[in-house]
Amino acid sequence: MEEQTHESQHQNGDHREVQITIRNLWKIYGKDPRRVFQNKALLAKSKDEIQSETGCIVGMRDINLEVRKGEFYILMGLSGSGKSTLIRALIRLIKTTRGSIVINGEDITKMTADELMLFRRKTFGMVFQHYGLLPHLTVLDNAAYGLKVKGVSKEERYKKAREVLETVGLTGWEEYYPTNLSGGMQQRVGLARALANDPEILLMDEPFSGLDPLIRRQMQDELVELQSKMQKTIIFVTHDLHEALKLGDQIAIMRNGEVVQVGAPEDIVTNPADEYVEEFVQDASPAKVLTAGSIMGDVPLITYSWEGPKTALTLMRKEKRKAGFVVNQKREFLGVVTSKELERLIAEEPGLKKIPHQSILEVESVTEDILVEELFPIAVRANFAIPVIDDKRRLLGRITADQIFESLTMAEGGAS
Amino acid sequence: MMSFPDVFKLPVAEVIDAVMDWLLTNLDPVFVFIREVILVVVNAFEWIFTTTPWFIIILLVGLAGWKLLNSVKSAVVFMILMVLIGSFGYWDLAMITLSLVIASVVFSLLIGLPTGVLMARSDKAERVITPILDAMQTMPSFVYLIPALMFFGMGKVPSMFATIIYAVPPVIRLTNVGIRTVDVEALEAAKAFGATSRQVLFDVQLPLAKPSIMVGINQTTMMALAMVVIGSMIGAKGLGMEVLLSISRIEVGRGFEAGISIVFLAIVIDRITHSFSEKNNKN
Repeated sequence: MEEQTHESQHQNGDHREVQITIRNLWKIYGKDPRRVFQNKALLAKSKDEIQSETGCIVGMRDINLEVRKGEFYILMGLSGSGKSTLIRALIRLIKTTRGSIVINGEDITKMTADELMLFRRKTFGMVFQHYGLLPHLTVLDNAAYGLKVKGVSKEERYKKAREVLETVGLTGWEEYYPTNLSGGMQQRVGLARALANDPEILLMDEPFSGLDPLIRRQMQDELVELQSKMQKTIIFVTHDLHEALKLGDQIAIMRNGEVVQVGAPEDIVTNPADEYVEEFVQDASPAKVLTAGSIMGDVPLITYSWEGPKTALTLMRKEKRKAGFVVNQKREFLGVVTSKELERLIAEEPGLKKIPHQSILEVESVTEDILVEELFPIAVRANFAIPVIDDKRRLLGRITADQIFESLTMAEGGAS
Repeated sequence: MMSFPDVFKLPVAEVIDAVMDWLLTNLDPVFVFIREVILVVVNAFEWIFTTTPWFIIILLVGLAGWKLLNSVKSAVVFMILMVLIGSFGYWDLAMITLSLVIASVVFSLLIGLPTGVLMARSDKAERVITPILDAMQTMPSFVYLIPALMFFGMGKVPSMFATIIYAVPPVIRLTNVGIRTVDVEALEAAKAFGATSRQVLFDVQLPLAKPSIMVGINQTTMMALAMVVIGSMIGAKGLGMEVLLSISRIEVGRGFEAGISIVFLAIVIDRITHSFSEKNNKN
């Protein structure tokens, strides 16, 4: 039942040693999946046909991949494409039905429970979408958990944990509990925990999907920097094309449990293997991919609605600004106030304790998920930078016309 | 209407009777052993609660209210409730009831926690145990009071036996649910780092299921207390016996005093055990 294997992926002459080899890997959910393999005609059919004829669901279909040492390898696809199943299969959190996964010369699908346990301890670190931290342990104990499992002494594992927490920028937070931390910081703990074991292979399952766009971008940048130092093999699952193009050395695009194309980012963008990939890549036009959240910058000056006009004006002049975004106590965006208006208020109505409502200009705001494309007409109309708010109207950042142009050229640079 | 045909009569009652006979004649040493173990534990608690002076116990209850519930008001209310029990003249009986309840809870946890863990780890075990728990909770308690009486004779032991049967299901169920609803990624994380199934249990499943388990313990405690009156029918002393006596003598006032003492005790125990789960939720 050997299917023809996918053509070798590294035409670009990468001579690094192959570390992970996946051959003819299948995962079929349902009762007695062997039935599906006994019937060759059935195997060739589509996922839906197999499901309606046997009741079995194909989770992964005949996957063949090679990952080289030190490679940043992206598994990309929409939800249900099998990318999370595949990354879990690599560490056997999911048992596969057919095929082999050879890592460092050992077939993980054939290991006994004890062998598997030891292999996981020495080979892998894993980072999860929702962090997977232990809420009853401190940040330090969480970071040290992988080492504790291994039986490393308390002193030694705390020492190592402190080191990795410093690497991810969490020094000073050791004694806090995960719930006291923001999402981005919790994911740093997750990353620290994975790094503490000094694993050969880092598995990351949509690690940044749950984070705010600004934090996400920052974490991506930090991961790139970290990877340039540590040169680990990273398997990274994402559904975000932009993230894939930015981070990956190699990208495998998955659909319906199959790998439809493997290649370096530029291969994929320039030579999409089929319509599905093409559709993905079409989206690579930055204006159609990038969202307001991913290009927005910090607001340089926030005016608080409870400030008096004089205070506001002083701060504005100090920052050399002509106008400021106004927010209330809940950080809800109210509008824009100009320095001219403040000067008028001070001159005409001295003694005002706070900026009156009618002095705040209403401006068009956008949410972080809006596409850059849709920002163009707004940018043309707007006299000020465009404020970005969340669903509770809280101010997240701002976008200037320059930022929009910059984002277009920047993304092109990344993709070609 | 036609009556149900006699041919279908299954000899369930006869079989049960036969099994009882067999158990009584052949397994007597086992029951004697169980009886002794239960007695040692319940007597130890009884000794602690009846020899400790009343004012110290009231102070400890107040302290528990203050420290665990973080509320001076609760502490004062608890102490007043305990004083009221004493003022009815039921202090000693209340302490006997309390020791019965606590001993029953101790045994319930010893049985319930491991059973709950087993149930959470195996779907097969869950399928087998769930209907048994349903039966334990819905079977009228008198049905097993009689065999308990036959196995252990009159007194505290059969009463506790019946109490345990009645009170153990919540802690089993909530341990099971608590472990099964533990965050999947936390579980996967532990496994991904190569944790053994024992490490997974003690590092992830039990700590994360703790709030749920604590609710189970609270429920178990309350059900044990509710069983006290019924237990007194087979000779367990305490507030339940007092209720029973006043019923048989039609003394409404006395029955009310004893009944309200049980309620006061329940309030104090409930709030204190409840605070354990609250405390864990906050973290």
